[in-house]
Amino acid sequence: MSSNAPTAPAAGASRQPVFISLQTNDISRGIVDAIVADNPEATVSEYPAMVKIDAPGRLVIRRESVEERLGRRWDVQELHLSLISLSGNIDETDEEFTLQWGARR
Amino acid sequence: MSQTAAKPGKRLGIKERYAMMTRGLGWETTYQSMDDVFPFDKFEGIKIHDWDKWEDPFRLTMDAYWKFQGEKEKKLYAIIDAFQQNQGQFNISDPRYLNTLKLFLTGVSPLEYAAHRGYAMAGRSFRGVGARVAAQMQSIDELRHAQTQIHTISHFNKYFDGLHDPQYMHDRVWYLSVPKSYFEDAMTAGPFEFVTAISFSFEYVLTNLLFMPFMSGAAFNGDMATVTFGFSAQSDESRHMTLGLEVVKFMLEQDPDNVPIIQKWVDKWFWRGYRLLTLVSMMMDYMLPKRVMSWSEAWEMYFEQNGGALFEDLARYGIRLPKYHEVAKAEKGHLSHIAWATFNNYGHAADFNSWVPQPDELDWLSQKYPDTFDAVYRPRFEWLAAYEKEHGKMWRNDTLPLLCQVCQVPCIFTEVSDPTRISLRETSYHGMKYHCCSDGCMDIFKDEPEKYVQAWMPVHQIYQGNCFPEGTDPTVPGFNPLAAVLDYYHMKPGADSGDFNTSPDRHNWERWTGQDLTPPAAEPKAA
Repeated sequence: MSSNAPTAPAAGASRQPVFISLQTNDISRGIVDAIVADNPEATVSEYPAMVKIDAPGRLVIRRESVEERLGRRWDVQELHLSLISLSGNIDETDEEFTLQWGARR
Repeated sequence: MSQTAAKPGKRLGIKERYAMMTRGLGWETTYQSMDDVFPFDKFEGIKIHDWDKWEDPFRLTMDAYWKFQGEKEKKLYAIIDAFQQNQGQFNISDPRYLNTLKLFLTGVSPLEYAAHRGYAMAGRSFRGVGARVAAQMQSIDELRHAQTQIHTISHFNKYFDGLHDPQYMHDRVWYLSVPKSYFEDAMTAGPFEFVTAISFSFEYVLTNLLFMPFMSGAAFNGDMATVTFGFSAQSDESRHMTLGLEVVKFMLEQDPDNVPIIQKWVDKWFWRGYRLLTLVSMMMDYMLPKRVMSWSEAWEMYFEQNGGALFEDLARYGIRLPKYHEVAKAEKGHLSHIAWATFNNYGHAADFNSWVPQPDELDWLSQKYPDTFDAVYRPRFEWLAAYEKEHGKMWRNDTLPLLCQVCQVPCIFTEVSDPTRISLRETSYHGMKYHCCSDGCMDIFKDEPEKYVQAWMPVHQIYQGNCFPEGTDPTVPGFNPLAAVLDYYHMKPGADSGDFNTSPDRHNWERWTGQDLTPPAAEPKAA
């Protein structure tokens, strides 16, 4: 994992589930693979036409990881093209998109 | 910024770009007071000290918004085109599915337009620029949803009954007053309550239950046109939900005096939204021929688990789970059965066809609802099936139900402690009696009685003679009030309304596809 790997959540941080759900298409398959690689505790549930990914407390989508799988540049905001729903407080930068519970940083 | 720099500066990061494209657009007024320019964002009692503390975590600026929305539109219309060219309407699982779609398109599409109007008003009312931009984008999104849904309606409308006049029906048809009254209640509140009602309570807490299992169900039933507009709309909802959560956290962080006001709104709009979802529960359990999950499972996943996490997070501000969430939990094994039984009663006055569940569907419900279905509901549906077999048509109820003064759902729900007793609450206000379906709705009524006594209650209006076409004379011999009401609704009896088994939709489907839709006979019970 590269140097800008997501930092671990603070000790005592909420472990309540966050989730993101995406339409099933070629691009989201790359995003889901990146999420699974970067979030070892994430669980993936497949439904007709959609996939829901739950993770305890925190879930990160990293631009670099998605680009590795898509083999092209990927803007974090392209997430809007596949996104269906989510739960958790959002922090979005040029590098990663994070869902987590707990106070703002 | 220097105009003569030799090489371009570093590209701005997403946070700087967002700040430039939003905060820079506002200003303090000089020759008019800010209070006169923004007259509506203080009377609810919400105290805001620093609007710049507002954050929009998606940081979507207008230029990026147009780019991504444009791409979403291209994808959406490519699929709708393909669906039309492929005659996709005949590739759905079962024509009964179309009635789910009719309920969705007539019940929900006008809400998208109402939300568009509501956000245009809310956006105008906030003096903080970040909130204003977010509300404006949401207003445009909602208009897009109304348009894409109307485009989908127009295709299905060429082949099937019941989709010809949703906007007109929204203002008149009895059960459509349920979704209508939710949005109009919100739009006639102040801007902060409106956003709490729609973006937080409806979109953040409850729309997952509408869009995710139902749209996934549309895909499962072969309706790619609907799943595509549904998911395209729901990807906007992700931003709206974020706006809802953000506005709630922003208000809570601004002043401790805001906390009890917001808790009251969360309690009110959770309950109102939950009652509205009664329609969704029966869509999932009874109206999707191929089912994805039961209402009860969806409630556990999206409200108890994911909603529970949300409210645990909000606990640090002093916000607790919405009042009566435990009633909703206790009702999860009952809600859809009560609702579909009601449409079995009144399906001759609905804008879609209804049917008695088939034997294999009763078995699926027994399996999903082992504690409630066989004991309380199966005998009723078996009685209805026997009646239909004997008479060649479904049993229908020709008297009208008492509606709840707040949610406008008929008073059909039962006591949590006794599923054979109707839950009915009564109160008096200025000498008039008012009825509610539950303690949740009665609390809402008693908090703002002067608002809810004005509700336009479809059943009361029918009995008062206000729902007949102009010029109708109800005193003529042989007058049929139901026929006159359906005429007023722009519904053709037996086609737009009534039994699926005798409907033109079924007849046409068999003619067009060569399929035989005769329901499978029930297995004889083992002795």
